[in-house]
Amino acid sequence: MVTQPENFDELLARLDEIEGVDGAYALENAKGLAGELLSLGENVLQFWAISRDEVPTSDKKEGFVILALHKQGAKGEPSFNACRETCREIVFQHNVILQAHEPKVTLGALKLMIMVVRHLALFVSGKLEVSGLGEFCCASKSVRQKSDIQDSVELTGTV
Amino acid sequence: MSSSKDETVAYYPGCALEGTAQSYDRSTKAIGKALGLKMKEIDNWNCCGAMEVKNIDPKLQTYLSARNLSIAEDMGFKKVMAPCNGCYHNLKKAEFDLANDPKSVEVNARLSKKAGHKTYEPGKVETIHALDWIKDSVGEQGIKDKVKGGLKGLKIANYYGCMYTRPRHIFPEKDQGENSESIDKPHYMDDLLDAAGAESVEYPLKTSCCGGAHTLSDSDTSTKLVLNLLQAAEACGADVIATECPTCHTGLEMHQIRAEKVFGKKTNVKILYFTQLLGIAMGLSPRKVGVHENFGDALPLLKDKGLV
Repeated sequence: MVTQPENFDELLARLDEIEGVDGAYALENAKGLAGELLSLGENVLQFWAISRDEVPTSDKKEGFVILALHKQGAKGEPSFNACRETCREIVFQHNVILQAHEPKVTLGALKLMIMVVRHLALFVSGKLEVSGLGEFCCASKSVRQKSDIQDSVELTGTV
Repeated sequence: MSSSKDETVAYYPGCALEGTAQSYDRSTKAIGKALGLKMKEIDNWNCCGAMEVKNIDPKLQTYLSARNLSIAEDMGFKKVMAPCNGCYHNLKKAEFDLANDPKSVEVNARLSKKAGHKTYEPGKVETIHALDWIKDSVGEQGIKDKVKGGLKGLKIANYYGCMYTRPRHIFPEKDQGENSESIDKPHYMDDLLDAAGAESVEYPLKTSCCGGAHTLSDSDTSTKLVLNLLQAAEACGADVIATECPTCHTGLEMHQIRAEKVFGKKTNVKILYFTQLLGIAMGLSPRKVGVHENFGDALPLLKDKGLV
């Protein structure tokens, strides 16, 4: 029975544990581990939805909840699309593991899937970390409140 | 969008290529010359408005980018080539906003008049990336024709970063058939470096975040993101990560050092601009393409592989 992580620390710790399992165990349990990793990716996006006071969707997009969760997370937050392909890579590696017949391919995809899920977790936790300061993503919108930028009104006439 | 080899493009280096990314500037110019491509720097160019201005007023950023496009048009160019992903992204966004957003058009016209220069009109000048410039003007065959030593034996993880393809609506030329660039799985860098004899590995994080924007506000997260990118590249068997963005490149190099110092995690993969790699493939010296200007020392690897 796998316990659901309650926060990013627990989630990242679980990724470290999975990374540390020996090759024979990983091969024998590859499909189960792939399912768990997919679920951890979903957990990351659920944390994001909850932080925005939303109920995480359980819908599926292209057959996967994680893709629907990403779509939900990016609504009104275009910079969240910076992890769109990361989510799709998680699905891709998951599918490779389910289809693979060669141990080398299975273990390689498992290793990469762990790293891709970790990247998603670090990216989203980083965005939450700075959320009190605004949106610092490269594809960000303005971090300032409208009241702070009156000076620019005279110049551009916007806001 | 295709560029011909004979067409001179306007060169927009942007701030980074005059500072932390001088090796990108140097190597872009060097391979342009080696490939017989022509470019001329935009006169009196200004910042594209990348980070700070955007956070004050996005319309001002649009104007700043549009001013550069306007000057390029005045100089008689139809294409502006920007190697920096941030600049490329912002110039493309200005093109899009000024073609689709009446408020941006109005603000740009007013500020252009106030500044005393011609107002940029959408569609007159098109922004292209350095990758487009090389891929469309000489292509893989042009690279093969010029390759001397080649990059045989070198495994490369091609890292495009997050701004080269996002947001997708400002890049209408991408995803337009077999030969165009892909939004989901960009491949131009893979194509060019493979043509130069390298072996591009399947890299699952090629468009993932480098943490560049978090560098000052949350350095540890940036370091962990970079460490993950580096370790994933090594897990894929890469000797080198090829970059095309000064922010990503600098972040990868600096956080590689920081990951070792702060977290005790050493990685050996080297980070080089794709232009540096193409230059080496064409027989240019490492100094000519600024390898000595990078933080990491890639020379031992290049010597070990017999590439220099």
